[in-house]
Amino acid sequence: MEHLLELQNIVVRFALRFGDLTAVDDVSFTLDRGDRMGLVGESGAGKSVTGFSIIGLISRPGYIASGRILFEGTDLAHLNEEALRNIRGNRISMIFQDPMMTLNPVLTIGTQMTETLQAHMDITDEEAAAMAVDRLRMVHIPSPEKRLNQYPHEFSGGMRQRIVIAIALLMDPALIIADEPTTALDVTIQAEILDLLLELCATGKTGLILITHDLAVVSQVTDKITVMYAGRIVEMGSTDTIIHDPRHPYTQGLINALPGSRHTGSRLNQIPGMMPNLLTIPPGCSFHPRCPFMMDICTKQAPRLKYYKEHERQISCFLMENQNKGSI
Amino acid sequence: MGTLARIRQSYILYSFVRDWVAITCFIVVCILILISFLSPFIAPHNPYESASINVMNAETPPMWMEGGSSEFILGTDSQGRDLFSTLLFGMRISIIIGCCAVILQAFLGVIIGLVSGYIGGRLDSFLMRMADVQLSFSTMMVAIFLGAIFQAAFGVAMYERFAVVLLVFIIGLAEWPQYARTVRASVLAEKQKEYVEAARVIGLNSARIMLRHILPNTLSPVLVISTVQVANAIMSEAALSFLGLGMPVTRPSLGSLINSGFEFIFSGSWWITLFPGIFLVLLILVINLLGDWLRDVLNPKLYKG
Repeated sequence: MEHLLELQNIVVRFALRFGDLTAVDDVSFTLDRGDRMGLVGESGAGKSVTGFSIIGLISRPGYIASGRILFEGTDLAHLNEEALRNIRGNRISMIFQDPMMTLNPVLTIGTQMTETLQAHMDITDEEAAAMAVDRLRMVHIPSPEKRLNQYPHEFSGGMRQRIVIAIALLMDPALIIADEPTTALDVTIQAEILDLLLELCATGKTGLILITHDLAVVSQVTDKITVMYAGRIVEMGSTDTIIHDPRHPYTQGLINALPGSRHTGSRLNQIPGMMPNLLTIPPGCSFHPRCPFMMDICTKQAPRLKYYKEHERQISCFLMENQNKGSI
Repeated sequence: MGTLARIRQSYILYSFVRDWVAITCFIVVCILILISFLSPFIAPHNPYESASINVMNAETPPMWMEGGSSEFILGTDSQGRDLFSTLLFGMRISIIIGCCAVILQAFLGVIIGLVSGYIGGRLDSFLMRMADVQLSFSTMMVAIFLGAIFQAAFGVAMYERFAVVLLVFIIGLAEWPQYARTVRASVLAEKQKEYVEAARVIGLNSARIMLRHILPNTLSPVLVISTVQVANAIMSEAALSFLGLGMPVTRPSLGSLINSGFEFIFSGSWWITLFPGIFLVLLILVINLLGDWLRDVLNPKLYKG
């Protein structure tokens, strides 16, 4: 069966004065309807850029250097602006981090919702308002009819994020990209929003890509995880297996860095060093300067992302290759 | 919530009724605008009707002075026109020119500023250098230049007919960079905000994002400079008229009235210059004070001690 979304060897570069910077390097993954995938990594790992590349909104000087983005069979990487605009907000919608910022402060939420509808459908104001009310009800906003005429500042943070989600849902998109949707919210509201996202995906029609650095959020919501480091995928597989048995040294580092209950009172673990500047990515495996298991080969050659049957996932690390000679 | 209720609860009204300077200025502006626009009905004479003007009445002093007549409250000018009536008609012309010029300025400046800030890159550099060049010419110079060319090309009679339109164009074209720069600066700030990104994600086109989403967020500085610019435009017009490059003496604005009286000031007819001058100063003062108040209200970060 055709995948909902298939990224094939996507490379995103930023043309800067002193040369090109590769923000996303050879990223491939697939997503089916009803899939919930987490895109995890440190700041600057290329998670958001990957998300933006899907809807063709990488702002200049960035560009997709190569690769294909197949969405429902069409290649978004080579689509013109007009056609892309038809897909944005319509088949694919996006939720951003800060609901304070994503709603326009001078327009009522009703206006902002009908605007989306009318950009993609030829409907009257009344019909649009009816649809907007319906979606607001879907995200559990009380008395939605009254709410349509209110401005964003009249809502609380959690409600605002729910409105943002309602706007994302307006056109029944096949894919929702949520870029750190809960980072700006406090923990109780975070749980509410995550429950809401889960509930919406439960219908099985929509795919979700959840971009976050919060592994707790990912483990609650997603069924697949893609871990990115310095623009590359280092480990990709089902959420359960990766969270409980991380294989790539970087993923292990990330999970160990979570404050757990085991070592109360002692210092928290951390991965030594910092993620390299994208302009000076070390040769070979980009993680080798921070890797506790660094070998000679790591400094010379970049490992390739391969599927390991016994671990039920794809990993890009020479450790795995050495342990399992002959696997696919 | 109805519009009326919204206005009644708004912060602008709240701070307005608590600021007596603002209230006084608002009332004075309203009165001035009202009497100037109702001048055809309330003015005792019609200065445009040459039949009713008698040169024998020229330079009659104000009514409370010796030799004054109760027919001419503020006296008459050098051509025997009633100064009070001429002044009202002149103020109407000044206000019309001021407002129209500012509308033109705002229209040009807002569009250029929006496009320049939103699209950026080469276009932005080009438009902003154009604004720099425009700003490096003084309004007066542009006006003198254009006015002279027009008079030379079409003759003085034609010039007198189209003087109002011409002045609106000259003052409007000379000052658009003020708006363009202000709007561009706020667009650059607004463009960074995520709601613009969100609007693009929704699938809206650039024109709609600029006009519906960014423009309303940049309007408060535009409102503030508009008030100041109206005062500036009226002053520019008065200055041009004073130099003889503005409104002709047959249809005087406040500036040309001051100018026409200036020749007689040393012969004792001070009132021809003084009264239009007082009205001009009053008009510009209250508009500027209102603008100041508006700036304070729309910019809560600016704390006035």
